[in-house]
Amino acid sequence: MDLQTYNILVTIWPVLIPLALAAITACLWQSPTAQRAVGMIGLLALLGSSLALVDAVTRYDILAVEFGSWPVPFGISFVADRLSAAMVAIAATLAFCVGLYALCEMRRVHISGGFYPLFFGMVTGVNGAFLTGDIFNLYVWFEVMLVTSLGLLVLGKTKAQIDGAVKYAILNLIGTVFFLIAVGLLYGAAGTLAFADLARVLPTLDASPGLVATAVLFLCAFGIKAGFFPLFFWLPASYPTAPFAISAIFAGLLTKVGVYAAFRVFTLLFEVENSGIREIVAIVAAFTMVIGVMGAASQWSMRKILSFHIVSQIGYIMMGLAIATPLAMAGAVFYIIHHIIVKANLFLLAGVVRHASGSDDVRKSGGMLKTHPWLAVLFLIPALSLAGLPPLSGFWAKFLVIDASFKADMGWLAGVALFTGLLTLYSMMKIWMEAFWKAPAIERKAVRSVPTIMVAPVVILAAITVTIGFWAEPFIAYSQMASVTLTDPSVYVQAIFNNPIQVGRFNP
Amino acid sequence: MTVVYAAMISIIAGAGIYMLLARNLVRMILGIALLAAGANVVIFLSGRLGSVAPPIIERGTEGLAQTAANSLPQALVLTAIVIGFALTAFAIALAVKAYSSFQTLDTAAMTAAEGEQG
Repeated sequence: MDLQTYNILVTIWPVLIPLALAAITACLWQSPTAQRAVGMIGLLALLGSSLALVDAVTRYDILAVEFGSWPVPFGISFVADRLSAAMVAIAATLAFCVGLYALCEMRRVHISGGFYPLFFGMVTGVNGAFLTGDIFNLYVWFEVMLVTSLGLLVLGKTKAQIDGAVKYAILNLIGTVFFLIAVGLLYGAAGTLAFADLARVLPTLDASPGLVATAVLFLCAFGIKAGFFPLFFWLPASYPTAPFAISAIFAGLLTKVGVYAAFRVFTLLFEVENSGIREIVAIVAAFTMVIGVMGAASQWSMRKILSFHIVSQIGYIMMGLAIATPLAMAGAVFYIIHHIIVKANLFLLAGVVRHASGSDDVRKSGGMLKTHPWLAVLFLIPALSLAGLPPLSGFWAKFLVIDASFKADMGWLAGVALFTGLLTLYSMMKIWMEAFWKAPAIERKAVRSVPTIMVAPVVILAAITVTIGFWAEPFIAYSQMASVTLTDPSVYVQAIFNNPIQVGRFNP
Repeated sequence: MTVVYAAMISIIAGAGIYMLLARNLVRMILGIALLAAGANVVIFLSGRLGSVAPPIIERGTEGLAQTAANSLPQALVLTAIVIGFALTAFAIALAVKAYSSFQTLDTAAMTAAEGEQG
């Protein structure tokens, strides 16, 4: 296989593999065992191919595939730069861990409801959204993701799930209509839909009310997806109702696709600086952080607390977009990578705690420090990382964005971030004190053991968090390289137009 | 022509938003469907209305004539219609399930997701 074919394949595998898996597992509908086996093998293959993609982009910087050899403005293309490759790799890691966890958690009712086909369909949508180089295609992947995630949400058919799904569906459907209108207006103004071509055409257009409306519509559409203030209400209502494995993958990936899309559109297409968008994003980010963490402080159910923290953490990532310096962008990329791992791990841990203590409400559990001491330590790793304590990954992530905001004279935003960090620590400690430290609410005679297969993914994800924490330098260096295409659209444009299939190097 | 289309879009979208403000789940879903229809016409309008010349490259020329009709919006609208249809179908199925679980379509009365804890 020559190098060019390899590079093309490596770019489309992350979408092809889950798509094939969705089809195969759908064919194996009658046999849960076969679905499980195929699923795990497929997830390993996906992980391998995603790591191969990361390896390829570190060598070639940007890979582009034009389907049917239609050159960029005419055909649909896949583009993998360092940011998309990192997102794809982290999604594959998470999908593998959640797949492992699901082996234990998913009951027959979930599998016969189509857990595996829907799960792989969702991963296809997520990876497609990360890799596409075309804004209309991004809309299509969003819809693939939306419809499969809705299916996953209602797998258990409980009342709470139906209610959560209604809220999720209505708000996200409105979001996708906004997205569609924005795409229509953008097409009317620029006459093209490919990111690279839009990045070339849009700066030549005069500012017009139509373009401003387009930018605002994009911000609203991605805001609903990502869960910015004040559009996040569907999130804490729907995520906690799903099984733990499903809420973990939702928490890790779905909102981050919205964030990723916002980063693409507001770096390549629209200027954040000098357009008023920066002020909007900065204020939205501050409110998202504070309101999210306040919401969490008032909750007692583990998954509710964690769901509000997703909202709050999205605020930190949006800080990076508001500041928009190379340093802040690198910080935001690092933050996304750290956050996906930590947040999904906390949801999986909530599942383990629920399994061991029998309740999702932390007030009803307790005394687990004695019965499951190793679980108490395992929980502390992602919890303290989320709050940003050194030497874990969250410390570096917060340090990078806060450092960037001081350097860009946005000290108030850094202040809000630090205050939010303190409250995050409070609510993580609340979970830990209630579930592990205090005397058990109900005395149990027998200690409930936790299956190894449930703990394995938690240990893997915690190990990644610790690795990023102690060995942060390569991850920060990678994020800095990834921020190059975000801060300088011309790199992206040139890479696509100068050499249609394969692309040369750039120096940051 | 454009003004007529714009007026039509605003009427459709306005009706959609009005429906969306209702508490009844089915009305909300119909509202979203109307809003999506409005969005589809926006895409249609944004791709140069008026020309009926087929988008075929004439013999002996290198590219399309300036007056040729733009076929891309139709492809986009078709895709959007199909996706919108699938999502609306799912939403209606969800509404049926919600009705059989809650015995009501009033979204304000659906509080099961919040009701897990005080």
